[in-house]
Amino acid sequence: MVKAAAKTTASATPSAERRAALAGQTVSATGVALAVLPPAERISLRAPEASVAALSKALGVTLPTKPKTSASKAGRTALWLGPDEWLVIDEAGKDPLADCAKVTALHSAVGISHRNVAFSVTGPAAAAAINGGCPQDLSLEVFPVGAASRTILGKSEIVLLRSGPDAFRVECWRSFSDYVFTLLSEAASDAAA
Amino acid sequence: MLLIRCPYCEEERPELEFRNAGEAHIARSANIAGESDDDFEKFFFIRSNPKGVIHERWRHMHGCARFFNAVRDTVTDKFIMTYKAGEPKPAKLPGVAK
Repeated sequence: MVKAAAKTTASATPSAERRAALAGQTVSATGVALAVLPPAERISLRAPEASVAALSKALGVTLPTKPKTSASKAGRTALWLGPDEWLVIDEAGKDPLADCAKVTALHSAVGISHRNVAFSVTGPAAAAAINGGCPQDLSLEVFPVGAASRTILGKSEIVLLRSGPDAFRVECWRSFSDYVFTLLSEAASDAAA
Repeated sequence: MLLIRCPYCEEERPELEFRNAGEAHIARSANIAGESDDDFEKFFFIRSNPKGVIHERWRHMHGCARFFNAVRDTVTDKFIMTYKAGEPKPAKLPGVAK
């Protein structure tokens, strides 16, 4: 409720400003660069198999049904998290929550735009830097471009998306962002060494 | 680190993503209020705690977040197999004599 009120005020008076966690911070080491990504619209989507087709149509991106995969179209990415669970990220400024609201098929869509903070980890040592805290096999054969998975980084839960052979998107909870960014910075300098 | 096969993710994942959730295949009585105290105690507290093969519930907490069942050897810590929640106890276990 407080957040909703703050948002209304922000659009009415330009002097009120939403401060994004760690906004604009970057770290670069040899072979790996770390940056905080700009805010995006995000939803947590739960739906049974029967609703997937209708939701895919409304969102404009086909919800992946294979484990550890993602689908992307026009700035909107749907990440498979579980057999009936997806994370939808919209970087084009459109609201996926509004698109889901039009669907009558059974589903649950919850807006989590401000719950998450995203980082980009890029460069030839990106996988090594993430492996500093994440136990998953991130070789290209096992974790190809487009692969996405909820996993852990140190003591924090993250959602990991491989956006390119040398590029990852790390999504974590806002309150964990300081920890995740610090851990990734340390791991980046280790990976570079 | 142990690798545990998640039947929903269809691959082996590091053990840090998982949580143990106790013994599997413990059915709650449909008439729990009518249970005698002794029966309720058995259902609620008493676990088999075998030395050897055990059926357990596990949760892929930091992955797909689904519960599933696993057959594990408590002596060797080896996961013999995993299967989806709701499926019956596997009649035959791979690689186990008996």
